[in-house]
Amino acid sequence: MIIHAITFYTFATVILVSGFMVIAARNPVHSVLFLILAFFNGAGLFVLLGAEFLAMILVIVYVGAVAVLFLFVVMMLDIDFTQMREGFLHYLPVGALVGLVVLVELVLVVGQASVDLSAVVHAAHPTPDLSVRSNTAALGDFLYTDFVYFFQAAGLILLVAMIGAIVLTLRHRPGVRRQVIADQVGRKREEGVEIVSVKPGQGL
Amino acid sequence: MSDVIVEWQPYLLDYLPIIIFFGIAVAMGLAFLVLAWAIAPSNPDSEKVSAYECGFNAFDDARLKFDVRFYLVAILFIIFDLEVAFLFPWAVSLGALGVFGFWSMMVFLGILTIGFVYEWKKGALEWE
Repeated sequence: MIIHAITFYTFATVILVSGFMVIAARNPVHSVLFLILAFFNGAGLFVLLGAEFLAMILVIVYVGAVAVLFLFVVMMLDIDFTQMREGFLHYLPVGALVGLVVLVELVLVVGQASVDLSAVVHAAHPTPDLSVRSNTAALGDFLYTDFVYFFQAAGLILLVAMIGAIVLTLRHRPGVRRQVIADQVGRKREEGVEIVSVKPGQGL
Repeated sequence: MSDVIVEWQPYLLDYLPIIIFFGIAVAMGLAFLVLAWAIAPSNPDSEKVSAYECGFNAFDDARLKFDVRFYLVAILFIIFDLEVAFLFPWAVSLGALGVFGFWSMMVFLGILTIGFVYEWKKGALEWE
């Protein structure tokens, strides 16, 4: 139990520190790397909660794809980051005020809320014990049948995202000579080779 | 505080090797850094630490504008990554799902195949 608590507090501390470093690091590339560290520790917390599938998805999708995309953009964009930071002290009072207002609102709203852990028993689909059914299989039992509309809606959203990305970014440059493999393979001998009989001593 | 934390479960022991790997990786990384800092001779002067690029100072920043189609490839990768993420629980519990669950996934894959065909025909997968 004590090991469990130590693991939890380690993950929680690292996630908070790296979350702070994401906004505090001078170099934006370092910010993204701290974000990846935060993702990894979030995955660790999910594992501690028994949500193994979410932990793996966090690593595969967020670390493997989204964070790499961030890193890629931050490294390649032509932005002078020192220039962007120049107004930091100037905007600090306003930013701090807005942050304080949001914090007070959060405390007022969330501070009164309470979570009754015993209500879990009344859930429509209670999480089965991990020794009986693994987390991934338990998700699969309901996602594709009971929640089929949400599942198909997810598919449609992915389709819209795919088409939207293509419509927004795809530009064909005119005059680009592409390799057409079908034309290459379909070429006949008669089109490519010409036999010329050369008389001796005359040349072509 | 300990009542907030979920009870210790035996499956967590399966993750012990990963923790050990992380520990070894961190220890080795730190060891190389600390050893290099402690042992390696360091005698910098202004010429050694000045910017160097083939004998002259760097002309401009290393960051440069890049073609948006890199980003397009990355977004398409993420979308198919998510599609595969949906396939995992389906494959694991397929035996318990029945015919409806099977065809539910087939419709999902069909929707994304429409997108894939669109993408292929548009030439989004081709590099110029």
